Amino acid sequence: MAELTYRDAVARGIAQEMERDERVVFLGEDVAKAGGVFKATVGLYERFGPLRVRDTPISEQAILGAAMGAAMTGLRPIAEIMFADFAAVCFDYIANEFPKLRYMTNGQLGCPLVVRTGNGGGARFGAQHSQSIENWTMMIPGLKVVAPSSPLDVVGLMAAAVRDDNPVIFHEHKSLYAMKGEVPDGEIVDSLGTAKILRPGKDATILALAMMVPRALEAAEALAAQHGIDCEVIDVRSLVPLDTQTILTSVVKTGRLFTVEENPRLCGWGAEIASIAADEVFWDLDGPIVRITTPHIPLPAADHLEDLAIPNAARIAERVSRVMNGSQR
Amino acid sequence: MATNKKSAARAPAPASEQTPAAVPAFTREEELAAYRQMLLIRRFEEKAGQLYGMGLIGGFCHLYIGQEAVVVGMQMALKDGDQIITGYRDHGHMLASGMDASGVMAELTGRRGGYSKGKGGSMHMFSMAKNFFGGHGIVGAQVALGTGLGFANQYRGNDAVAVAYFGDGAANQGQVYESFNMAELWKLPVIYVIENNRYAMGTAVTRASAQADFSRRGVSFNIPGEQVDGMDVRAVRAAGDRATKWCREGNGPIILEMQTYRYRGHSMSDPAKYRSREEVEKVRHEQDPIEQVRARLLEKKWVGEDDLKKIDAEVRDIVNRSADFASSDPEPDPAELYTDVYR
Repeated sequence: MAELTYRDAVARGIAQEMERDERVVFLGEDVAKAGGVFKATVGLYERFGPLRVRDTPISEQAILGAAMGAAMTGLRPIAEIMFADFAAVCFDYIANEFPKLRYMTNGQLGCPLVVRTGNGGGARFGAQHSQSIENWTMMIPGLKVVAPSSPLDVVGLMAAAVRDDNPVIFHEHKSLYAMKGEVPDGEIVDSLGTAKILRPGKDATILALAMMVPRALEAAEALAAQHGIDCEVIDVRSLVPLDTQTILTSVVKTGRLFTVEENPRLCGWGAEIASIAADEVFWDLDGPIVRITTPHIPLPAADHLEDLAIPNAARIAERVSRVMNGSQR
Repeated sequence: MATNKKSAARAPAPASEQTPAAVPAFTREEELAAYRQMLLIRRFEEKAGQLYGMGLIGGFCHLYIGQEAVVVGMQMALKDGDQIITGYRDHGHMLASGMDASGVMAELTGRRGGYSKGKGGSMHMFSMAKNFFGGHGIVGAQVALGTGLGFANQYRGNDAVAVAYFGDGAANQGQVYESFNMAELWKLPVIYVIENNRYAMGTAVTRASAQADFSRRGVSFNIPGEQVDGMDVRAVRAAGDRATKWCREGNGPIILEMQTYRYRGHSMSDPAKYRSREEVEKVRHEQDPIEQVRARLLEKKWVGEDDLKKIDAEVRDIVNRSADFASSDPEPDPAELYTDVYR
């Protein structure tokens, strides 16, 4: 057992898979000699060499095109898109190329690759380097989408993503890179499509993803201490596939559903889950489904403003307590 | 730097500095093989056009008529293990790589015997058996993907070469230049074949391209290039031989601009009003790739008219059988809607 940071966990997860499988090759901007702009891939170049760990030009389309071309021949590339916002620069690959390949080829070809990307806000990087784009990727049939919230999950979900035969978009949260957590020694392999109940509770279900997970947990403790509301906090972890069983079972138990989303409000992942809950467990609900999100705005750079935009523990607790007490929504 | 200088010294001279070299002759067998393959593509495409007119083919259908010498000549320069990838004008590439005409035609008509069981259509067919990697609909993406195929060859340490075909239109996409840079930087074995058929959809090359000598599009990356008479299958094959040798020797990528011509519209819905009938007729009469081979075969008395008629009949038979199959094969099972989304 070792205490690792979230950023160290990224390198550990990649190393575990590169050690195991020669087909795994890793490429991206500044990922090799510089160890990654977030220092999440330090040591990989030294350990696996320049053939397998490659610095690329600043060319997002060429990076994802090369990764997919290689994946078409059976390699298992991991490509880094440094900031998730840059997915828009190479969105052709994410929207049109990776996810359609297996379907259009009648299953002759797959696209077994992982795109790692630094997602999310809180680092004062402004409107073009702070977005939470998981909903951009979630809406495309053919992709799998994960967003881990802890060092342990980073290692295990990275392994699961690399071993998966489908294209996986792996959203690392930039503001979690310094987070520490216990990670057992030895090989760790998690499974995609599984949510985790991090705090059992009986009164309300709170769903969260990535950086919203620690904030939801903090809110749950405050709600218990100050309002006597016992919340069940679930880390959704994987948006596609989505662990509807864990989620809906919890909602049926508590009768209340809250989502905490970092993305701007329209079409966030919570809207999809709210729709599923309304379809499938409507009669088990004891109150409205409530989404706590960033407003529908670009993210500002100033710390004061960015902190107002992204949900925090106090805002989550305040909203949940008001709704649970039956007052105004 | 030393490597680059060495490469530059050994690279084929830019087109502007080339003296027109004599085109290497084909043997009788090579002429006959090229004739047959080009004729197969021509007749297949004519039949596809007919089936489209009859309503048996829907959606997109981009015909390759006029450009046959490019894929047939290049295919003669490749060896087993080399990979091919192209854009949406892809029927000729598939037939040249040895894919079955019936499977291609049935994909056009959306039947279960099609290469993609009807889920791909005209623009999206693949054959791993023939190392044909598609069949791509987004203009220019095949260039980055083909670069990735070359990357995989280098990673595995094999001597296979990837051939990425794209048009003069795709040559103006940004990702082409991202890929050129990466390929030369990493010395990837990729042949970029730019099929300059003189029109990017309905816009003439000179109206869309600031540099219409496409062999020079790699100059700032030190990628050598040459202009090739893409209507002469012998010239294409010779250029292909030079290019595969260049790549297999570890020199990195190379660009071949194939100067060719598309007789039909961009797609079936294009009446091609942006050019004159005379222009098309002139190319047909003076440069037709199939007629060139036919004339040489007869001139050298390597075959008689009867021999050519026999080949013609054989090709027509293949094409007719493909059309029959594509019209009678059942439609895809509704359950196919949900297969091969994930595995």
